[in-house]
Amino acid sequence: MNLGAIDPVLLIASLMVAATPIILAALGELVVEKSGVLNLGVEGMMITGAICGFAVAVETGSPVLGFVLAAMGGAALALIFALLTQYLLSNQVATGLALTLFGLGISAMIGQAYRGVKPPATAKLNLGPLGDIPVLGRMVFSHDWVVYFALVLVAGVWAFLKYTRGGLILRAVGENHDAAHALGYKVVRIRLAAIAFGGACAGMGGAYVSLVRVPQWTDGMTAGAGWIALAIVVFASWRAGRVLLGAYLFGGISVLQLNLQAAGVPVPVEILSMSPFVVTIIVLVFISARQKGAAVAPAALGRIFHASS
Amino acid sequence: MNRRTLLGATAATAILAATGAFAAAHGPLKVGFIYVGPVGDGGWTYEHDQARQKLLAHFGDKIETVYQESVPEGADAERVMTQMALSGVKLIFTTSFGYMDPTINVAAKFPDVKFEHATGYKTADNVAVYSARFYEGRAIQGHIAGRMTKTNKIGYIASFPIPEVIRGINSAFIHAKKANPDVQFNVIWAYTWFDPAKEADAAKALIEQGADVILQHTDSTAPQAAAQAAGNVITFGQASDMGEYAPSPRVSSIIDNWAPYYIARTQAVIDGTWQSANTWDGIGAGMVGIGEITDAVHEDVKAEALALKDSIASGAYHPFTGPLNKQDGSAWLAEGEVADDGTLAGMDFYVEGVTGTIPN
Amino acid sequence: MSVIRLERRAAPSRFWSVATPILAVALTMIAGGVMFALLGKDPVAAIRTIFWDPLFNTQFAAYSRPQLLVKAGPLILIAIGLSLGFRAGVWNIGAEGQYIIGAICGAAVGLAFYPADLWIVFPLMVIAGALGGWAWAMIPGLLRTRFNTNEILVSLLLVYVAEQILASMALGLLRNPEGGGFPGSRNLQQYAAASNPELIAGTGMHWGVVAAFIAVIFAYVLLTRHITGFHIRLAGQSPRAARFAGVNPARLVLLCLGVSGALAGMAGLFEVTGPAGQISIDFNVGYGFTAIIVAFLGRLHPVGILLAGLLMALTYIGGELAQFMLGLPAAAIQAFQGMLLFFLLAVDVMTNYRIRFGRGAAT
Repeated sequence: MNLGAIDPVLLIASLMVAATPIILAALGELVVEKSGVLNLGVEGMMITGAICGFAVAVETGSPVLGFVLAAMGGAALALIFALLTQYLLSNQVATGLALTLFGLGISAMIGQAYRGVKPPATAKLNLGPLGDIPVLGRMVFSHDWVVYFALVLVAGVWAFLKYTRGGLILRAVGENHDAAHALGYKVVRIRLAAIAFGGACAGMGGAYVSLVRVPQWTDGMTAGAGWIALAIVVFASWRAGRVLLGAYLFGGISVLQLNLQAAGVPVPVEILSMSPFVVTIIVLVFISARQKGAAVAPAALGRIFHASS
Repeated sequence: MNRRTLLGATAATAILAATGAFAAAHGPLKVGFIYVGPVGDGGWTYEHDQARQKLLAHFGDKIETVYQESVPEGADAERVMTQMALSGVKLIFTTSFGYMDPTINVAAKFPDVKFEHATGYKTADNVAVYSARFYEGRAIQGHIAGRMTKTNKIGYIASFPIPEVIRGINSAFIHAKKANPDVQFNVIWAYTWFDPAKEADAAKALIEQGADVILQHTDSTAPQAAAQAAGNVITFGQASDMGEYAPSPRVSSIIDNWAPYYIARTQAVIDGTWQSANTWDGIGAGMVGIGEITDAVHEDVKAEALALKDSIASGAYHPFTGPLNKQDGSAWLAEGEVADDGTLAGMDFYVEGVTGTIPN
Repeated sequence: MSVIRLERRAAPSRFWSVATPILAVALTMIAGGVMFALLGKDPVAAIRTIFWDPLFNTQFAAYSRPQLLVKAGPLILIAIGLSLGFRAGVWNIGAEGQYIIGAICGAAVGLAFYPADLWIVFPLMVIAGALGGWAWAMIPGLLRTRFNTNEILVSLLLVYVAEQILASMALGLLRNPEGGGFPGSRNLQQYAAASNPELIAGTGMHWGVVAAFIAVIFAYVLLTRHITGFHIRLAGQSPRAARFAGVNPARLVLLCLGVSGALAGMAGLFEVTGPAGQISIDFNVGYGFTAIIVAFLGRLHPVGILLAGLLMALTYIGGELAQFMLGLPAAAIQAFQGMLLFFLLAVDVMTNYRIRFGRGAAT
């Protein structure tokens, strides 16, 4: 066993990268759920974003353009969900799961032409002197732009929900759509925007997997990250800041367990492999036990809205 | 068994036999493939499908091929095989270990259909098994790794602790150690067949802990990309050549090359000479390909590696040749003794010098 | 203000509740046909292969038809359990994990008896399977009732934990000692006392399918005739009213999770002893997740679930046929299934709403 081989600085740097796709997808889903809509199709939107971003980055040579198109691809898929659940009033849980199935299929079909191709590299952001700060420079200031974009987005979503009128309306719609409707807010349109935003975020998260983390295209390559993102939203009790905490906790333990294995720690591999899931559950139990009964989920979550007048 | 079930069973068998015979009457030979992953997995299934395409190119309109992707092992596999056989397919390649019992079950129902099961050990009159001696390729990787490492730390990304993977670790370790007595292996068990992001994290963890050579028994190129980002780390392609990462970090590769075997077995069915067999081929027969060793490897090392490859291919040298002890120090192979295939096939121990324990 | 409006019906339309699935399948055939044509395949042949051949093809329908039951059995059994919870607002997303643990527990009991040839072995395994699934579902249940921890998250994450346990069991404790070091347990099909064979040859009926039918009937009676069924429906529609009616919410959560867990565990046990045969690293194939779709497609109604399970099974088996008969990629089949679900869910709106054209006078 050689625990000294694990460098905490590098560990944190790694977890920031590992957590980025989950942060992006979870933030998007957070906004969707805040508006009172439960979209279980995150995995499908992520994988669609992954292939859209990959294909565009390969064709144009621009990873940035790839991310933009990934966001659009994810949003486009999300709009199918929006059409079904908002206009045709279909059940959200089933529609979301169908969306995942559809997304996995469509992405694999688009991806047939992109197997074994190497995408253009997403450059590390040169933060000038910040990158030269000892310890912190390597740990925090040595990443690509998407890592920071995700962090900025966390702050943005937090501020939007907390301080803006738009955020207030969104939350009102999510808490009680009938009341919001009675006040004259366009419930369906607001939810449409939220769902599209969620799709765009999930798409970018997927593109981060195919363009930066792996980077290659293989069918189904997000391998369940969308489900983790869904879990993180619940873990975060629907708060943007806690999404960051949850994603870093999950990503951190995932990276740590691999590091412990590499260092030869005599703990059974099965236990290490399941640790990210178990620890997340345990932490949530502590958090929820402290909150004592406070209903944290948006009250209208998953309920169908139909304006009767 | 009461009379009713007996009658039912006979009727079902009669239907199966009748339709099978009907479909056999005319047309080109139909050859079927059952894949465990999507053909776009870039690794295991991808290479089987490449071989299928070569098979089709070789025989032209004398054969037809059909395939099914992402077939779960177990009940679904049994159904897919049965439906293939019912539709007139006469030769079925089932390309994953988990298809073993389903293959045997279905083969018993269709005596005129030939089955070829990859990486298993159960045979029947109409079931042959085949597998590749990938550990021969691992020996060459191990040698290059041992000679190239500067930190003396070699990282190994493993999937699940099954004999195939353990054999690869041992073979690579033995030859790395021969080339460089100070070498040390760090193994990460990913506990997944497929999760590119996890493979990337595993490679990073190994590199951050000082490994400057990464060997992988998982199929994605994620570790290659991680090595490239780190710089000064070398890797080897797995399953397919992964040539897009040559000349560095990817310095060589093990390529699964099933085409020669598929062509030979199909020819045997056409000729009517097919017989059940247990084939375990390596570099010599061309089932295990060694991808080009790039110029990132020093000339001397490259020459040694190629010499090792030739001696393995010709059968002059076996990668598991004694003296070798097991990890606990107990004797395994005496001086000059060569491991028997039975022990290799079910290998569940590390050789002496590998640190860490095999899960379970 | 809009040109097309939806007007809620006083009661669901009987006509449309039957007609919408047919309409949805027809729409899927058109949209799917376009997709297959774009892929360069004959759309008519593709649609026929998916929907017709498994049922009526002379070459292999005799085999495929019973397979519908084999494929639909676990989906129905799990979906019935889930539907009770979904009606009550209890969100068990982790049936896949309960399915795995049920299979492991049941198989472990059977393997412990190996090679004893006692009639009691199989019943004990069924009980162990149900208990295993139940216990795994009790984790989110107790965490929800004791600590108010969200059951969606816990049940979902426990799927991943169960998968790790499964891999570990297949490689370790339950590994076949005569399997030459390869992963996977003994094949239970070959151990008569522990196997779950076809009960009547050529029908696909095994104990799991029988259990699924019993569950359908049981759920139907429970929901329409029993006070617990009333409580479940009430809790879903109005938690406040349920409390006034004397429903203990904690008990209801435990009941719903427990029943769905036990049924999922039994489904796993029947699968591992029958069609699948053995515990292997990736024994589970996603029935637990697909069953969620089945539950909602069936409108959470037992009979609806029965039909939805059979329809899903048909698309799986027809999709397999289309893949190897016509060379359609598996991805296209997946997308096609997604489309079918979209259409089924979309046209369902006709059942509960009337579509009105033109400007509404009241707005």
